[in-house]
Amino acid sequence: MKRTAEFLLEIGCEEIPAQMIARAASELKVILEKHLGSERILGSAGISTYGGPRRLVAVCHALLTRQPDVVEEVTGPPRSVAYDNVGRPTKAAESFAARQGVPVAKLYTITTPRGEYVAARRTIPGRLTREILPTLLPTALASLAWPRTMYWREPTERFVRPVRWILALLDGRVVPFTFAGVRAANWTSGHRALGRKRIAVRSFADYIAQLRRNYVLVEPERRRQKITRELRQQAARAHLRVHEDAELLDLVVYLNEFPTVIRGEFGPEFLQLPREILITVMRDHQKNFALERSSGELAPQFLAVINLDRDVGGRVRAGHERVLRARFSDASFFWEVDQKTPLGDNLAKLAAVIYESRLGSYADKTARMRELARTMAEQLAAAGIQGASVAAADRAAELAKCDLVTEMVREFPELQGIVGGLYAARQGEPAEIAWAIYDHYRPAGMEDALPRNLTGCILSLADKLDALVGCFAIGLIPTGSSDPFALRRAALGIVKVLLEKNLPLSLGALVAAASRTLQSQPPRIGVSETTQQQVLEFLLERARFIFRERYSFPYDEVNAVMAAGADSLLDARQRLEALHSLRRTRNFEPLAAAFKRIRNIVEKAGPAEHWRLPEVRADLLTAEAEKELHRAALRAAQQSESHRRAGRYREALLMIAELRPVVDRFFDEVLVMTEQDELRQNRLTLLAKLLQEFSRIADFSEIAAAQK
Amino acid sequence: MKKEQSKRKRSPGPQFQELILDLLAYWHQCGCVIQQPYDLEVGAGTMHPETFFRVLGPQPYRVAYIQPSRRPADGRYAENPNRLYKHTQLQVILKPSPENVQDIYLDSLNAIGVDLRHHDIRFEEDNWESPTLGAWGVGWQVLLDGLEITQFTYFQQCGGIDLDPVSVELTYGIERIAAFLQGVDNVFDLCWSADQSYGAIRSDEERQFSAYSFEHADPALTRQMFELCEAEARRLLDGWAEAPSGARRRYPLLAAYDFCLKCSHLFNTLDARGVISVTERAALIGRVRTLACRVAACYLEQQAAAEPFALGLR
Repeated sequence: MKRTAEFLLEIGCEEIPAQMIARAASELKVILEKHLGSERILGSAGISTYGGPRRLVAVCHALLTRQPDVVEEVTGPPRSVAYDNVGRPTKAAESFAARQGVPVAKLYTITTPRGEYVAARRTIPGRLTREILPTLLPTALASLAWPRTMYWREPTERFVRPVRWILALLDGRVVPFTFAGVRAANWTSGHRALGRKRIAVRSFADYIAQLRRNYVLVEPERRRQKITRELRQQAARAHLRVHEDAELLDLVVYLNEFPTVIRGEFGPEFLQLPREILITVMRDHQKNFALERSSGELAPQFLAVINLDRDVGGRVRAGHERVLRARFSDASFFWEVDQKTPLGDNLAKLAAVIYESRLGSYADKTARMRELARTMAEQLAAAGIQGASVAAADRAAELAKCDLVTEMVREFPELQGIVGGLYAARQGEPAEIAWAIYDHYRPAGMEDALPRNLTGCILSLADKLDALVGCFAIGLIPTGSSDPFALRRAALGIVKVLLEKNLPLSLGALVAAASRTLQSQPPRIGVSETTQQQVLEFLLERARFIFRERYSFPYDEVNAVMAAGADSLLDARQRLEALHSLRRTRNFEPLAAAFKRIRNIVEKAGPAEHWRLPEVRADLLTAEAEKELHRAALRAAQQSESHRRAGRYREALLMIAELRPVVDRFFDEVLVMTEQDELRQNRLTLLAKLLQEFSRIADFSEIAAAQK
Repeated sequence: MKKEQSKRKRSPGPQFQELILDLLAYWHQCGCVIQQPYDLEVGAGTMHPETFFRVLGPQPYRVAYIQPSRRPADGRYAENPNRLYKHTQLQVILKPSPENVQDIYLDSLNAIGVDLRHHDIRFEEDNWESPTLGAWGVGWQVLLDGLEITQFTYFQQCGGIDLDPVSVELTYGIERIAAFLQGVDNVFDLCWSADQSYGAIRSDEERQFSAYSFEHADPALTRQMFELCEAEARRLLDGWAEAPSGARRRYPLLAAYDFCLKCSHLFNTLDARGVISVTERAALIGRVRTLACRVAACYLEQQAAAEPFALGLR
């Protein structure tokens, strides 16, 4: 018998939702490897899986044809029972040997904690893979997780879509099993329109080759290559370039079994519509790629990926062109209808659009955003930041949500914000305000761009702060996996805007302002101190993440700086930079170690009210080392504090780092926990002051010791 | 007129009415009962009792019918080339769902002259739901060269009741398919018959009902009618429990369902009129759904009473 065999499995389905296929294929690999592995038949070749619209495929080129035998040691009766006093086996030994299926002569003695026993080695022969698979496969397939399943025959048979055939071969022979009401066989099915319906298969190579002849490219990578190549060729033929869209490419790879790219045209009159709208219609609704001129302008042409080998007589192209034309005329119609109403007139309608039942309508939210935006604009102006007037911020906030009731956003919800911005510009709002509206949902993630102007940043902050504080106030706090209002993204957005736009706004003040607004404006909900603190912590958690992931600061430096407070993220970043630049200098880490020691001593000394003096008393300083430390600390505190206040954190930290020799000498020569109460209290007070004075930039005791 | 003539000559596809006849003939050959449209205003073919009630319970059934479907909010005064107050659905129910149902469906496209080797057919995920009927299913929209032509659904629930067996529901958008086959961009340019255009036959209706839905419908009165129809449906449903066993078979649950349908259409009118807030919207839909779910539950009881042995009710 061969030691390994080729295993091929194909689940033939009615069309699986395209965006689920890639995940399902990779999950199928994991599941099969787990099940085959635990049966010890996986071998070393591993499983490859592929997915397409109508099939999930798994292949293993060298599945073991049987489980390895297992040799097991079985303990029998005590040696004293198994052999008589002349060493002959007794009945007990004979019946034990018989039960294990070994001759008595093969029994041997083992020593256990309870004494000597007789043992036998028994070989359990491995089962045949051919016998294991029929029960293993249905269980494995049933454990595939889908976002949503259905039934079509028996309510107990569930899958993502109806299963219509199963191909399961072990070295060319059918593995008999039934799943979802379908019995496995030796045939597959080709392309719906171009291929044969039943194709007998002998092996994986045969499977791939025959399906290729029947217009199915099984491997997604092949389909991707074909699409990418043809997109490029078609664009080049028209002297245009493809408007790249990785997400759309992923989608069409899984929408087609035999993808072919065709090029179509639309009337140039539609180019009067904004490019954002044209691209959205092409991409989201028709799965078409837009084409651009070298200048970046859109051309009145598109590329469609069709599930055929060619477009005979341009029939398919004509169909796609007609549909796109209809979609574009719809969009033009919406554009014209919407222009009849000034954007601001939609405000009244927002009262009927619920934001969240407890947080009121979008009209309520707009009122809150306006107040917040004005507050922020005032604060920024006061801080000398140019670029956003209070009036502009207020107007932008007033109009920000007005596009939600336009025909265009109703039809293309993914264009919210963008449509508002386009309409505002068209209706004569200043560019600053129009762009602010356009951008205010940004940044939508870690990599997304920020609003392009300051008013847009203010609007983005106002929108997200209101969401964060409002949701926390009514108990909609994100948990592990559940974050329906995308509050993590909102918090990340706030942190990103503040840091990357260098806005010197206090987080505490922002949260407080949003809380005040929620109380002063409908729905007039009070936000407790505790809740505000929770929101702050949530924001600081995102800030920690960004400092580590985006700015690449080590975690202990982030912790040290955040422990000293991070109300202004800008300031926290400046302190982090200073700390980081000094981290590798001579005095730094020893000083950090000394601070850790100081903190330990102070913490161990018990409640401060038992020992803390109002001030360090010079008359109680006896040892030279403590006098020196006191003097040096006073001097350093003064100087470093003036540096710190001026934002010269590096200089301030350098002053502190220079304390290292005196601190070291103090610990070498002075016993803090002396028996004399007054002296001890004075020394503890000195250390506590040191800790307090010099932890304003960063808490050095958070710094991890250097790796040797 | 001359221009019209020449346009018609160029059009290669079947007339609007030929298309309907061809599809119905195809489904007739597949063993379907050919039914008539329901004689009430409905928003979709699903609302026809031939779908709503037939998918419940265990009896196999196959039916096809045309259902003009009114969507007051979609009216465009006959001015938009693609949007209609009333469009024509062709609805098919196959219960239980046949194993080769996709092939049967694709054959129907062959029957109306679509050569599948030369056209791009795809099934894109689209899970249909009718919140007012407590009905939903899993399936696709079928695209023909990028045009949605059919909603293809494995019905999972109707009237809030899990279905067993599962029915397949096919809903063809006849105007779109006709426009595709005739190669016209504007639905009003379709040839309805040899000498009549879609526009000539339907424009007045589109204009007037758009005007009614958006301008003339009296919101207060429409609300009142909604309340009245709801009350009547409720009264009938409340009476079901007390109906004497001898009178159960003739107890008018079907009439209760009619009033539920009227509520649904009145709701759509109010919605088009723009007088429903978001919260109220959800509440009104909930009220219609409650009626539909109660009708479905009572209907199954009624059927079970009629044929106690034929129904394997779960």
